[in-house]
Amino acid sequence: MNSVLEPTSIDDVVAAVRSTDRLLPVGARTKPRLGATAATLLSTRRLAGIVEYQPAEYTLTARAGTPLSEIAVALAAKGQYLPFDPPLAAAGATLGGTVAANLAGPGRFRYGGGRDFLIGIKLVDGTGQLLTGGGKVVKNAAGFDLPKLVVGSLGRLGVLTELTFKVFPRPPATLTRCLRCASHAEALARLAQLATSRFEADALEYTPADKALYVRLGGPAESNAALAAELGGESVDEAGFWPARADFAWAPADRALVKIPTSPRSGFALADALEDADAHTLQLSAGGATAYVATADPRALDRLLQTHDLSGLVLRGDTASLWLGTVPQRTIDAHLRKVFDPHARFPSLTAES
Amino acid sequence: MCSVGRQPDLARLAAALPPGRVRQTAADLSSFESDGLTAFRARPLAVVQPETADEVIATVRWCAEHRVPFVARGSGTSLSGGSLPVADGIVIALNRLKRIIEIDPVDRVAVVEPGVINLAVTQAAAPHGLHYAPDPSSQVICTIGGNVAFNSGGAHCLKYGMTANHVLGIKAVLATGEVVTFGGRSRDHVGPDFTGLFCGSEGLFGIALEITLNLLPKAETFHTVLAGYRSLEAAGDAVAAIIDSGLLPGALEIMDALAIEAAEAAVHCNYPPGAEAVLIVELEGPAERVAVEREQLTALLANTHAFETRVAQDAAERLNIWRGRKSAFSAVGRLSPDFIVQDGVVPRTRLGEALRRIAEMSAETGIRVANVFHAGDGNLHPLILYNGKEPGAHDRAEALAGRILRLCLDMGGSLTGEHGIGVEKKAYLPDMFDAPTIAAFHDVRHAFDPHEIANPGKMFPGGEAPALTHTGLHPLEASGQLSRE
Repeated sequence: MNSVLEPTSIDDVVAAVRSTDRLLPVGARTKPRLGATAATLLSTRRLAGIVEYQPAEYTLTARAGTPLSEIAVALAAKGQYLPFDPPLAAAGATLGGTVAANLAGPGRFRYGGGRDFLIGIKLVDGTGQLLTGGGKVVKNAAGFDLPKLVVGSLGRLGVLTELTFKVFPRPPATLTRCLRCASHAEALARLAQLATSRFEADALEYTPADKALYVRLGGPAESNAALAAELGGESVDEAGFWPARADFAWAPADRALVKIPTSPRSGFALADALEDADAHTLQLSAGGATAYVATADPRALDRLLQTHDLSGLVLRGDTASLWLGTVPQRTIDAHLRKVFDPHARFPSLTAES
Repeated sequence: MCSVGRQPDLARLAAALPPGRVRQTAADLSSFESDGLTAFRARPLAVVQPETADEVIATVRWCAEHRVPFVARGSGTSLSGGSLPVADGIVIALNRLKRIIEIDPVDRVAVVEPGVINLAVTQAAAPHGLHYAPDPSSQVICTIGGNVAFNSGGAHCLKYGMTANHVLGIKAVLATGEVVTFGGRSRDHVGPDFTGLFCGSEGLFGIALEITLNLLPKAETFHTVLAGYRSLEAAGDAVAAIIDSGLLPGALEIMDALAIEAAEAAVHCNYPPGAEAVLIVELEGPAERVAVEREQLTALLANTHAFETRVAQDAAERLNIWRGRKSAFSAVGRLSPDFIVQDGVVPRTRLGEALRRIAEMSAETGIRVANVFHAGDGNLHPLILYNGKEPGAHDRAEALAGRILRLCLDMGGSLTGEHGIGVEKKAYLPDMFDAPTIAAFHDVRHAFDPHEIANPGKMFPGGEAPALTHTGLHPLEASGQLSRE
């Protein structure tokens, strides 16, 4: 078992970083593989709570350990939301963990993911320095964009202690239709047509097993209904469908869950390659931007991703490596590691087994 | 940096490239001495005009080997002096790398070279029903490479974000000569977001050679409203009411009386006479959705103190409304021989207070200030008018600009919403970021550029100040082709 520190302040975090040789920040551990490494764990559980919420500014600042569910409740009270549908909220996922893992749900399709809404950070780096990146206003081009850099950094560049987000007004209503296709090829064509169409859907998901495209429209109820009539397809029970999608309810607990950035073309190529492969279940999310695979055979998936030149990040499951397929950019990663973590207190991002 | 008195051997660089790429005559160099920040200029040793990515790489490698500083340049529209040359360095002009390598309507991406003009991407994507969202006012001339380096904005940032939000992948040559690839065609990524970090790095890491851009569907319908107000505050209140309503307009812009006067004189946009402020609001989306939202907007604006409200009835009327707005900066050139434009950001709810304070400073110093701003995201654009031929006038204007920047920071805002720090605002960087953060910025820069040869003298305070000269309007601005924003 890893030992776990639970700092309650930034000063505590600084002290913990300076006094610990091998350290990894974790949130609620809803993506357990990301924290499965030999290190003392620095839990952000007690670094939680909303610091400042300004609905009229579309900005919210919260400590890293704040549960997504708490954020969602506060935003909903003012008719606002984080448009990228951060997943695993029901499981207890935190704001910091979501950013560090760069997880976004179906809503990534319309306005982008965490990188597109995170506007400011406080980060304690590997030397115990508190750095402040970005700002608290929705538009800002000053200095290097450290908030973007940490999105996906998996806690390996420092401990995020506070995050500021741009938030949006929530559409007054949503409506979801399911379009069944005869083949993956037809589904890709339909997805491409929808994504370039006048509909401006909020979400566009694909379930290869059913060859089913799910289209979520956001806006006034009356215009949603009019657009849905033109879309066709079957109506979908939103309360049943979307939370299950966001929390990976489709992925069996005994399989590894892998996130793979794709484009529509590469995502559907993966769907073709995994057709009839019982060991893997695939979902295409966010208009084909992300493939999630639940796999019973990570080694086979690793080989497949290599041949497709895709990178997979293992979110949960007992795999030998954090990465499957092509490992992303190593050189710059090593350079930047020297900047943020010269004493190598945090585990390496890419050299790790 | 190269040591004093030692001239790099440009002949060897010229020999490594096809003939004619390296230019050194005074005539060749003079048009590269300055950019959109016209008050500053410096003459480089040479200008290199590569035509391929390999030629850019060869040039950067030569610079790295000889420690010669280089400044990458697109169309030279930077308003922060971002492409101001270094006197002992070379300018790498990227305008000839202007291929749109690919438009893929299925992946909804454009892959372009850095010298491609911003608007050209949207034009190439249009047949597929797509467009490239970031639209700086200089979009008819500014390049994607420059947009990436300075994380350019435009009028649609509240809803759609800035350049960085639309860049998915970058192939770049770093200042070390190493060629790297970040990101790709996916709108998602794993590992730290190096693509996002590269955007807005102000040319301090290296040069982007190939950029993969996110394309969005073109809105089916626009609903564009122009409302005239008797005070800036009333226009500001209208913005607050729109934000509170839950509507998310594509654009929310305000111009003050002086800016309106200039725009009228320049393009006869026929804005409501007597307005102290005009507000432009634009809804966009599917016709059915806009039809519902426009009712909401109409009711809401009726409850503000607009003395006149006009709705664009067709595309021509919409363009006319935007023409006044987009011409405002070059139009101000008619009111004054010189001006400084700032782009500080304040929290949206403090816009009224910020404008009041700017008006007070203007009255106090006797320096006229016109205001045009992206009201939706609190991004000010005070245009500080002066006559550079008057002794001390530029310094007084700069001092006022500095006070406005500090005001933005005091209100919890930012030094720059979209122009970048560049040369212009580098002295203020420590007012926004603390010492450890600036130290980290330095270290990050060194990770990509250990010898500080890529665009030195930008972003970080200190370093040699370039020559300050009076030059008046940018030539393209004077001819109305370029507007500063």
